[in-house]
Amino acid sequence: MGRDLAHFTDEALLSLVASSDDQALAELYDRFGGVAYGLALRVLRDEALAQDAVQEAFLAVWRTADRFLAERAKACTWILTLVHRRAVDLVRRQERRRGEPLESVPEPVASEQVEEQATIRFQRQVVQEALRRLPPEQREALELGYYAGLTQSELAERLGQPLGTIKSRMFTGLTRLKDLLAQAGLEESLR
Amino acid sequence: MPDDPHSLVAPYALDALDEREEKEFEQHLALCERCREELAGLREAAAALAVGAPPAAPPPELRQRILDQARSERENVVPLRRPRRWTPVLAATTAVAAAAAIVLGVWATSLNNSSDPLESVLSKPGARLVSMGSYGGVAVGPDGRAVLALAVRPAPMSKTYEAWVIRGGKATPAGLFQGRAGTSVVKISKSVPAGSVVAVTVEPSGGSAQPTSKPFVLSRPVS
Repeated sequence: MGRDLAHFTDEALLSLVASSDDQALAELYDRFGGVAYGLALRVLRDEALAQDAVQEAFLAVWRTADRFLAERAKACTWILTLVHRRAVDLVRRQERRRGEPLESVPEPVASEQVEEQATIRFQRQVVQEALRRLPPEQREALELGYYAGLTQSELAERLGQPLGTIKSRMFTGLTRLKDLLAQAGLEESLR
Repeated sequence: MPDDPHSLVAPYALDALDEREEKEFEQHLALCERCREELAGLREAAAALAVGAPPAAPPPELRQRILDQARSERENVVPLRRPRRWTPVLAATTAVAAAAAIVLGVWATSLNNSSDPLESVLSKPGARLVSMGSYGGVAVGPDGRAVLALAVRPAPMSKTYEAWVIRGGKATPAGLFQGRAGTSVVKISKSVPAGSVVAVTVEPSGGSAQPTSKPFVLSRPVS
């Protein structure tokens, strides 16, 4: 009690979580719970399922924080990877989704009046701008793969493209996105 | 071309592989430094996509639910005090049965701390040690309380180990653990009655209600 965790880095908080410090978990949730929920909702488009995904992911953070030390990643990358993984697992169990038509940019499900840190809002703008600057077929491969939770084979089938083409669009798109973000100086500000 | 495992690194970073492809790629990843390096960079970009999703506010009660559940799990997994003493014993032994016997034997001699979860089970009259092959074994108390001691590598990212109590063909989830260097000591969250079998599978993070893969460790039936 009485510690000011606000000044801890994400990585330091994860080490505390690894020693079963629940206040550190709470602080990580306060930092990334909003982004995590936005992501889960984007993938799942269902509030109850999105909550499940976020809950399971943060519990996975709780249970496996000691594993993070071995990962070559930033804490936020690791946490958001767990959230995405969980959301994708859940969406793939939703058979109804399989028949849905493809849509690259669906309407946001939630209201825009979301309170969040200014840095996150800024980062989101940079990422969305970078996505807009990708060639359309690369952007499509990233959005349908990452946000819609389709596998590369499903994507190839739906787009009527060879699997090799899909793989290379994903690779080029991600690499390009990384470069665009680095140019925008986001690499450093994404903690 | 479809068989070149390197080409799966971007789909993997996006979680866009099916289960079989993912397993194959993870095996490749364990051996391929180049892919691991590439993956680290691509994952950062994928995480930026996470930030790019439209904002949404989670319901306030979600935070409390997560913290309550986390606190309730805290007692489930107990870190082992002296993992280093066990590891060389395991590493030096090749014969499966001998390894199990030694793991179990080392338990018996290393139980000098009263808060050791293994000792708390084994100190009861009628407690027994049930082998789980070369991985270790499970200590079962007369009241059905049980503790696993297994030498398993840490589970892959976004996976967890899940323990099961299997009885009459029905598997009951009995706790999650992540594995660690050395030996993991895990309290089984369900009673282990005579005639049942304790098993461990690899599951997606957060665990499953029923096993989704074949157990890679199975105990003998508990007598």
